[in-house]
Amino acid sequence: MLLRHTTALEIERKALTINPAKTCQPIGAMYAALGIHGCLPHSHGSQGCCAYHRSALSRHFKEPVMAATSSFSEGSSVFGGSANLLTAIETMFTVYKPEVVAVHTTCLSETIGDDLTQIVSKAYDDGFVPEGKQVIYCNTPSYVGTHVTGYSNQVAAMVKFFSTATPKKRNVVNLVAGWMEPADMREIKRLASVMEARTIMFPDMTDVLDTPLNGQYKMYPDGGTTISDLTATGDSKFTIGLGQYSTEDACIKLENKCKVKFEMLDIPIGFKATDRFLMSLSRHANLPIPDSLSDERGRLIDLIADSTKYLYGKRVALWGDPDTLIPLTEFLLSMDMKPVYIVTGTPGKPFGERMKELLKDIPEAKFMAGDTADMFRMHQWIKQEGVDLLIGNTYGKYIARDENTPFVRFGFPIADRFGHNYFAKTGYTGAANLLIQILDAFLDHTDRTCLEEKFEFQM
Amino acid sequence: MQISMAGANERTIDCNKASLAGSVSQRACVFCGSRVVLYPIADALHLIHGPIGCAAYTWDIRGSLSSGPELHRLSFCTDLQERDVIFGGESKLYESAIELIDKNQPKAAFIYTTCIVGVIGDDVERICRQLEKEKGIPVIAVQAPGFQGSKKDGYKVACESIFKLVGTKTRPIPAKSINILGDFNLAGELWILLDYYKKMGVHVNASITGDGRVDDICNAHSADLNVVQCSGSMNYLAKMMKDEYGIPSMRVSYFGIEDMSDALYDVARFFKDEDMMEKARQLVKEEFARLMPQLAWYKERLQGKKAAIYVGGAFKAISLIKALRLIGVETVIVGSQTGTTEDYDLIKRLCNEGTIIVDDSNPVELSHFVKEKKADIFIGGVKERPIAHKIGLGFCDHNHERKEPLAGYEGMMNFAKEIYATAMSPVWRFTHK
Repeated sequence: MLLRHTTALEIERKALTINPAKTCQPIGAMYAALGIHGCLPHSHGSQGCCAYHRSALSRHFKEPVMAATSSFSEGSSVFGGSANLLTAIETMFTVYKPEVVAVHTTCLSETIGDDLTQIVSKAYDDGFVPEGKQVIYCNTPSYVGTHVTGYSNQVAAMVKFFSTATPKKRNVVNLVAGWMEPADMREIKRLASVMEARTIMFPDMTDVLDTPLNGQYKMYPDGGTTISDLTATGDSKFTIGLGQYSTEDACIKLENKCKVKFEMLDIPIGFKATDRFLMSLSRHANLPIPDSLSDERGRLIDLIADSTKYLYGKRVALWGDPDTLIPLTEFLLSMDMKPVYIVTGTPGKPFGERMKELLKDIPEAKFMAGDTADMFRMHQWIKQEGVDLLIGNTYGKYIARDENTPFVRFGFPIADRFGHNYFAKTGYTGAANLLIQILDAFLDHTDRTCLEEKFEFQM
Repeated sequence: MQISMAGANERTIDCNKASLAGSVSQRACVFCGSRVVLYPIADALHLIHGPIGCAAYTWDIRGSLSSGPELHRLSFCTDLQERDVIFGGESKLYESAIELIDKNQPKAAFIYTTCIVGVIGDDVERICRQLEKEKGIPVIAVQAPGFQGSKKDGYKVACESIFKLVGTKTRPIPAKSINILGDFNLAGELWILLDYYKKMGVHVNASITGDGRVDDICNAHSADLNVVQCSGSMNYLAKMMKDEYGIPSMRVSYFGIEDMSDALYDVARFFKDEDMMEKARQLVKEEFARLMPQLAWYKERLQGKKAAIYVGGAFKAISLIKALRLIGVETVIVGSQTGTTEDYDLIKRLCNEGTIIVDDSNPVELSHFVKEKKADIFIGGVKERPIAHKIGLGFCDHNHERKEPLAGYEGMMNFAKEIYATAMSPVWRFTHK
């Protein structure tokens, strides 16, 4: 009973986060930067930040994660990190030869007030950036927002530095990918290709963090949005942002910079969100939704119909990032389940508004975002009244064990299971995949815990 | 990064230099070093004063098991926000600590400062003194702003923090007592050692810090001897305890059967106790009789395989070289993040000619060396595993993520099994197109 200290009674907490349902900005920036082809993310701060982020991403994806650091010392914290960053830029292009270096800051470099614009411009002036190569950057102070904010800032930087409007518009729809798994992105791209829609997805972690094992190690894997594609996003005729928290900033910047209109959608988790995505893509790419996709939908609906008796009224607790929690909550509701507790460490208004709307028929539902919306609070709620299912990242395993509750892993980080980067949760097939995991969790739990006389062959 | 080659050149490695800015370093920071060392003290409160990341990345990442309280496995953080950075985080820290101490009743509290606290200048020492006075438990400021150095510097900070506890409580302990320094009870390794020492009639007074308890550490000065493993992290504490309390120390390794046996014999020799020595001999004899036939099976099959080692401490690398040799595996690359010049000299003497020795290498260089030397197995930590797999190499985690104990005789068996399983896996036959 690792969490035996948790009490049902919630005490007012003035200042304190216990077992966070979030982490800090820079890791989000690092993850997003890996979605640019040939990009080396760079952490402008102490060595530890970079090491922690790489380890955390490696634990989750079971893939190599490359990033460099400014290796701050006592001196840099006093005199500023300008010299470190200049050396770093020179070193990176000389030793590791990336196409792009994507610099993000840390709490340290932000607090001492390093001016990235000035430093990077000096790097160009001093000839540290070879012809045709680029340095992009974004500010990601760890004490503002969360890992989702960092992701969003990095994606916005892609627009800021690359997107360019030429007089020639192209019949292409931009898909700005919110924080999801490479598998989720692969599925979304597959849906678009089945529709024969021309799209540019950015960032794109497919073939970066789900690479095949073939005896070759590539420091820069085959995947990632190319610079030419990122540049061309300015000529696309429309942009679909998937996940408001992680992509809205980029969509707005792209509209302002290149006059590409956009629509904000949820990450397509569950059939309703997938319907909206396909309809939007169909409208803006001016293409019909083919029957084969309707059939995929039909198979998902069939699966739900077959299993409703196991889903009806089940109380679910979920935690993670707002961009996935919102469509996930909607999906659970659409299957007649009851999402009753929802927490995210990422602050922001849209989460509360959307949840209020979605959960209007579930009076007992509680949701919370921001500072003290942590796993400790989640556990306290569960102590007050239990749930039938937990859905979230690995940090829920302590609660799952202590409360003997079925648990489906979803989100970031997942450090104790495999395959989340290979099998999508988006689209109709992804929803089916998720539903099967939910059912397996329930039914395995029943088989393991039910009375001998209730143990049955057929379920 | 620096490279040397055994036999071929006799260049000394100038280690413990900061990594060059811009390098893809495998190294971490002061905070990381202090956190991993203090983390296993299970009945203490560990509160991180900084932004959320520093707490999130060190939440239950190390399988340091506890036989009792598990307060150390939870993550507590002041979660500093922009307003705190501007106006200071002192009151937030004070309030958080009060809440946590009241709620969890820990035996002591460690308050870790991070980069940002080092810059905004919160007077953490003062708050700790105040908390100590109000709550009546030791509250220690672990001054660990990341930028102040490497992980190794963090070990020193941790040692200083532990040293503040040592000598604060005295209770009688049996004669012939030792402290175990530098075992972190990963996968329950400490418990194996405790069993050996018990069989020899040696009393273990304090384990610092695996399965650690505050009261034991407070009384650590009562022991006759400090037995130090993982020299990188704990030598400094041993030195301070020698200077202050006159407690002698010895350096041991529990990896591999030669080093494990030496460790037991050295302790018996220290106490000049023939009975104890006889018990140690008996123990070693029994374990050898049990192990050798089994290891022979592995050696026969693994003969000629080549290994690359990339670990934190060089002292561990030395044990690994010997342990691998015992099962027929030759070490062709040795790398470390925190080795000392003396360690590297020893490694050179131990290795065959042509073995590549690197300090603070990066993945690209490592994978290049691995190919050049035709290694079959890689031994390292979390960041190296996926790279090893991508180039078709077996992998053994000899770091925080080991799941089976690798220390002691039992650990040697597990190690052989793990090396065999990964090196001989049929999957490597299917990796090339």
